[in-house]
Amino acid sequence: MRIRIAHTTTYTYDAPPKSVTQVLRLTPRNHDGQYVLNWRIDLSRDSQLHQREGAFGNISHVFTAEGPFNELTVSVEGEVDTQDTSGVIRGTVERFPPALYLRDTQLTEADAAIIAFAEGIRAEAGADRLTVLHALLTALNEGFAFDTEPTHVGTTAAEAFKLKRGVCQDGTHVFIAAARHLGIPARYVGGHYCRTDEAAPQEAGHAWAEAYIDKLGWVGFDPTHGLSPTEAHVRVAVGLDYLGAAPVRGSRVGGGNETMSVAVKVTPATWQAQGGSWQTQSQK
Amino acid sequence: MGLAFDEMRGHDGKAVRPAYGELDRWLKEVPADVLDYRRREAELIFRRIGITFAVYGEADATERLIPFDVIPRIMSGGEWRQLEKGLTQRVNALNMFIKDIYSGREVLRAGVVPEDMIFRNPAFRPEMNGQSVPHDIYVHIAGIDIIRVDADTFYVLEDNARTPSGVSYMLENREIMMRLFPELFSRHRIAPVENYPDELLASLKSVAPLSTPKEPNVVLLTPGVYNSAYYEHSFLADKLGVELVEGRDLFVKDEVVYMRTTQGPQRVDVIYRRVDDDFIDPLAFRPDSILGVPGLMSAYTAGNVTLANAVGTGIADDKAIYSFMPEIVKFYLGEEPLLKNVPTWRCREAEHLTYVLDHLPELVVKEVHGSGGYGMLIGPSASKIAIEQFRAKLKAAPDNFIAQPTLALSTSPTCVESGVAPRHVDLRPFVLTGRKGVRIVPGGLTRVALKEGSLVVNSSQGGGTKDTWVLDG
Repeated sequence: MRIRIAHTTTYTYDAPPKSVTQVLRLTPRNHDGQYVLNWRIDLSRDSQLHQREGAFGNISHVFTAEGPFNELTVSVEGEVDTQDTSGVIRGTVERFPPALYLRDTQLTEADAAIIAFAEGIRAEAGADRLTVLHALLTALNEGFAFDTEPTHVGTTAAEAFKLKRGVCQDGTHVFIAAARHLGIPARYVGGHYCRTDEAAPQEAGHAWAEAYIDKLGWVGFDPTHGLSPTEAHVRVAVGLDYLGAAPVRGSRVGGGNETMSVAVKVTPATWQAQGGSWQTQSQK
Repeated sequence: MGLAFDEMRGHDGKAVRPAYGELDRWLKEVPADVLDYRRREAELIFRRIGITFAVYGEADATERLIPFDVIPRIMSGGEWRQLEKGLTQRVNALNMFIKDIYSGREVLRAGVVPEDMIFRNPAFRPEMNGQSVPHDIYVHIAGIDIIRVDADTFYVLEDNARTPSGVSYMLENREIMMRLFPELFSRHRIAPVENYPDELLASLKSVAPLSTPKEPNVVLLTPGVYNSAYYEHSFLADKLGVELVEGRDLFVKDEVVYMRTTQGPQRVDVIYRRVDDDFIDPLAFRPDSILGVPGLMSAYTAGNVTLANAVGTGIADDKAIYSFMPEIVKFYLGEEPLLKNVPTWRCREAEHLTYVLDHLPELVVKEVHGSGGYGMLIGPSASKIAIEQFRAKLKAAPDNFIAQPTLALSTSPTCVESGVAPRHVDLRPFVLTGRKGVRIVPGGLTRVALKEGSLVVNSSQGGGTKDTWVLDG
């Protein structure tokens, strides 16, 4: 499946900031089942984008835009070919052995409630890790309501689990916390999801989890959709939690209050040769 | 726990050891009221220069004086050379270990240290993986806490590779002693410590990024006036002749660090940072930190700035990692460790835990990530209730604890209410590592437990300090 991704983040400031520094993890890499055809990042301000590979193998960019300005836009556009690999992720850039992904973070620490939940699942599902993880996925998909209201980027797994609602980030954190408690390496994946089944295209980034199973390797689990990633999923960055894979982490000097608006469009692209160049076309 | 070894009188308490001969004669000559008068004078000086530290968890007093004891702790040249060799070996091994865990991870492959103790350790920084640092030096400044149990046996009690503090006391104590007791000085030949700032600055400059064009620009980064060691930060910046900066004084553009000055931005090459990893860059670590420099890690990763100490060195401060140091020294250097480790039970191991739970009243139990004497149990002096409370904590999270026998730290003559009496001491020498290798200024910070019988020398727990003399020859 060919997926076209375009998103624009616009920051508007009450007062012009002196400078804005951001670290971006917005660039996908290739692996089995994912091939990046083209990709570009544009800034509305003239500043240099420095590309590096981060700790977990993600491509990151950092820039500092010097003010004054009232508005800053970061636009990303590109196309990715994907294939369904039944959720098994191979051919990725790995900088650590799976054991690193047993590491707790503040956002993914299992509290007593998550521990009880995870152990309850294991008691029912038995010793097979894949079965346990699928049971975890189903339980979270059914017991966790999608709701953008009650949580924010700093909400921990424990807090979200108590609410039993949240966004994809929250469900993913709970999944990771539970898996790690059971001794299964698990990590956070930030990326995109291309909706083909409904009228409205996906209007935000997406997140899901990957867990490590001996013999299979890394396997994806998407608690929001209750399934393993399909060809509709585009992996962009991995980390121990949201913070490690965050698409943008920024800081600024001055600028008063900031308003951020995000426009994301992830659509299936059909391609046809016209005058020797590839063209893309949106589909509903 | 037997009778402690006394630095002045040995085990039997009779013959005065040679290094203390002159001091012993002097103590017999000097009238008690003179000693007392000088003691009060020393306190006045400390108060006037404002050398203070903050005690966390005390509501009434945020800053206090660390008590200073005017009787020096003395080591012979021979003793010092023995110690110096051991410290050099240990810090070399620490640097190799830290480089390895952030690159090839041979030590894990060889099974010397269990993988999860590194990967799951909060002080391990995945962000440092694959990052190279100038001359492979990670721990530029180490404070290795040493205790002594007899004439020949020194133990390492703790490795401090994160941001060791206390060196300002080493320097101030010496200065005050020279002012107050010139006659005692003239009766000894004492190796100088005053050159420490020069040694430190030379060390820091020697590890500047290889691309640094001219004379490297060194700054000292402090969390600010509310940090317990702020006095030391300003003192050291002054002695080094470098700028004392806070996070907001620095900025990063195009992967280069600059300092804001009235003459415009000035490039920074080496940051002697006294801000912990967690707070150093809100874009890489804790996003809520206002003490750091946004984007600093990008400049660091690009190799455009040196951080001293490197990010991720705190793993060596972990007391469970400490327990593997003898094996770590052997693994990297193929040598027997010259300095012993205190025997340590790792409560994460079931057999060790059982032993520890059965012997709590005789052991010292410490948190693996703890420091400053907080959160520890000293079995022999703890109440039954305290022991039972600790037992519950241990059972709930055994991974968080290690235990050690209660060692009889050596004692050294100390001024107390009743006159001069032995009190337990330890020693923190400061080990500098630069391009040309390891340098240790002869001496260090001697901490003394002022309460009779107490083994806790930490300043946060009421310990004091002494000048430390290493005799020439």
